[in-house]
Amino acid sequence: MLDHGSGGKKSAALVSEIFLPAFSNAALDTLGDGAVMAGADRLVMSTDSFVIAPRFFPGGDIGKLSVCGTVNDVCMAGGEPKYLSLGLILEEGLEVDELQSIAASIAMAAGEAGVHIVTGDTKVVERGKGDGVYINTAGVGFLRHAGLSPARMREGDAVIVSGAIGDHGTAVMLCRKDLGIQSSLCSDCAPLTGMCKALAAFGSDVRVLRDPTRGGVATALNEFVEGTGLCIELMEDDIPIREEVRAGCDLLGLDPLYCANEGKLIAVVAAERAEAVLSAIQNAPYGENAAIIGRVSARSAGRVLLHTGIAGTRMLTKLTGAALPRIC
Amino acid sequence: MCLAIPLKLISIDGAAAVGEAAGLTRPVRVDFIKQPKIGDYVIVHAGFAIERLDAKQAEESLSAWREVADAE
Amino acid sequence: MPNRAETLLQAIREVDIPPVTLMEVCGTHTMAIAKAGLKPLLAPKVTLLSGPGCPVCVTPARDIDACLRLCERDDVILTSYGDMLRVPGSVRGDSLLRQSAMGADVRMVYSPMDAVEIARENPAKKVVFLGVGFETTAPGTAIAVRTAKDAGIGNFYLLPLLKRLEPALRALCANDALAVDGLLCPGHVASILGEDGFAYVAKELKLPAVIAGFEREDILLAVYRLLLQIQAHAPKVENAYPRAVQKAGNPLAMAVMDAVFTPCDSLWRGMGMIPMSGYALREAYADFDAVRALDLRFTEEPPTACRCGDVIRGMLPPEKCPLFGTCTPEEPLGPCMVSGEGACAARYKYGVDV
Repeated sequence: MLDHGSGGKKSAALVSEIFLPAFSNAALDTLGDGAVMAGADRLVMSTDSFVIAPRFFPGGDIGKLSVCGTVNDVCMAGGEPKYLSLGLILEEGLEVDELQSIAASIAMAAGEAGVHIVTGDTKVVERGKGDGVYINTAGVGFLRHAGLSPARMREGDAVIVSGAIGDHGTAVMLCRKDLGIQSSLCSDCAPLTGMCKALAAFGSDVRVLRDPTRGGVATALNEFVEGTGLCIELMEDDIPIREEVRAGCDLLGLDPLYCANEGKLIAVVAAERAEAVLSAIQNAPYGENAAIIGRVSARSAGRVLLHTGIAGTRMLTKLTGAALPRIC
Repeated sequence: MCLAIPLKLISIDGAAAVGEAAGLTRPVRVDFIKQPKIGDYVIVHAGFAIERLDAKQAEESLSAWREVADAE
Repeated sequence: MPNRAETLLQAIREVDIPPVTLMEVCGTHTMAIAKAGLKPLLAPKVTLLSGPGCPVCVTPARDIDACLRLCERDDVILTSYGDMLRVPGSVRGDSLLRQSAMGADVRMVYSPMDAVEIARENPAKKVVFLGVGFETTAPGTAIAVRTAKDAGIGNFYLLPLLKRLEPALRALCANDALAVDGLLCPGHVASILGEDGFAYVAKELKLPAVIAGFEREDILLAVYRLLLQIQAHAPKVENAYPRAVQKAGNPLAMAVMDAVFTPCDSLWRGMGMIPMSGYALREAYADFDAVRALDLRFTEEPPTACRCGDVIRGMLPPEKCPLFGTCTPEEPLGPCMVSGEGACAARYKYGVDV
């Protein structure tokens, strides 16, 4: 069990017994104050902090999430992720076993994403001053897919989602023990490096990429059209949603369109290449359920519209506040 | 005002039952269901089965629709 | 071949009557209508108004204030459905969600039984359950109280914020200006009260009434039946949700509800005090009443310029309310803004009825 005030010796033990064996690579192994790495012409950088409760959830844990979250952000900006920094804030009393297993899943996710953890830091805070484990990661990647931006969207472009939506948000909500629900639904938490490598080949025919995390697909699409003269029109029946996600959302009064994803991307692509891009995504890891779910139009500037199964129309706005289970 | 969804009863122990939908399970109280049986579909609101779903009636509401269709 | 919903829509369009206004009085209907995008499909023939159908939205600010003060007590664990956590008290921006973020012990539950369980597990704490809901929710709430009594769980307390639909509907209809031609009755309230529980709507309020389920086809079928009633000038109560609603309702549920609760006057956000529109615990269960046991005091409902009462009645468009714009989905004041798909929230978010 971790205790606060453990001096440099214990911290060093954490590094040598847990982190070095898990993350070993040439840059990290020198244990310098900073890492020296091979570089590229143009870099992409992103950072994110992870405070998820519960720390362990079906399909992942805070460790895997902290790698995938940042790796995917680098990918969405057109980068091929190469290096990660890892900052851990640990609460006194955390079981070392638990830390070990978080480190193992960080290592596994980093391995799959092809990134090295080249520098890191650990702080232990007093009991009650943190929620077990907080993680911050920063990622550096080499720019492989330049110019991705909502400003490149054109009328007629296709909107593709790389798989079934809402898995992460629903799975995490369902596993809260206070709701008393049991399910086999797993988070979709996964690195999208392979998929983005395939997408880079399409150059400027891919207009923009986004991973629809908090706020879900509806919020991410609103960010695309906000302040533009364009509209995104979705076809409800074309949006892939798992049965368990649908049932869980029905039970709790949630909407899959607003539930977080951690291993999905939305791509807006040139209409004439839509089918080719779709099959490239479907052939990439985690892309087998990808689908074209809508089009960019000029129907209603700055808005996202959903065409419901019976030709009804619903406007999708951004998520306001946290999505909470409802009974009414 | 009252979000409720159909669940299938998969176990019953007095008033404490378990309901299931699409592989999801949740404890359900069946205090308000006369002689609940495993396999019954019930409408669940805030953890309570408020009514048994009547399969025959479900059929009939379908036929009510058919009347609309036939009247066309 | 057209699908079921298309067939119903076509049938609705072909009923030969002038445009009508129908009211749904159930938040879940409001959500289902918004999700399916039914309003533009039915316009201009049918205008759908959202009545006072969300028990959370009609909980007055002073009740929320009382809950927020309870949060400050170290010996209290507050338990609530997720819906209630965002509802504002009279101090702008204050809510249970905010108190929880600031360290108060507020726990979200899915069922009132979960709150009883939390009381069992925390004998040193007073566990207060915020009992909101209409007749659908009241029977389960009653079972929770009865279970606590039978099992001797003396640290479980109910804050009874339950509402009864009938007095509210009568109050709405007492206003001559109510421009509604028919009522879409809430299917799950009807599961408890039965078709018979809505007889007064046709008989006394002289309004066509159809009990509706929650699938888009259920709602369309109910709208169609309402139009036929309006055309025939013969108001009656029809059950378009027979798979979950019996004529006499659910007698087991009603019996428990009556054994534990008795009707009392109740204050509604945006609508004021409505006689006999709430439920109080009966004397036999008085020990479990949070108001008495924890000596809760309710302040006067703060005065407000909110015109939700008129918006609900369809007498005032949301943007004509003096608070519209100050009252927003992020910091709502009235029930029509608190509810995510309430008339004011929809107008604010979408600009137009979509």
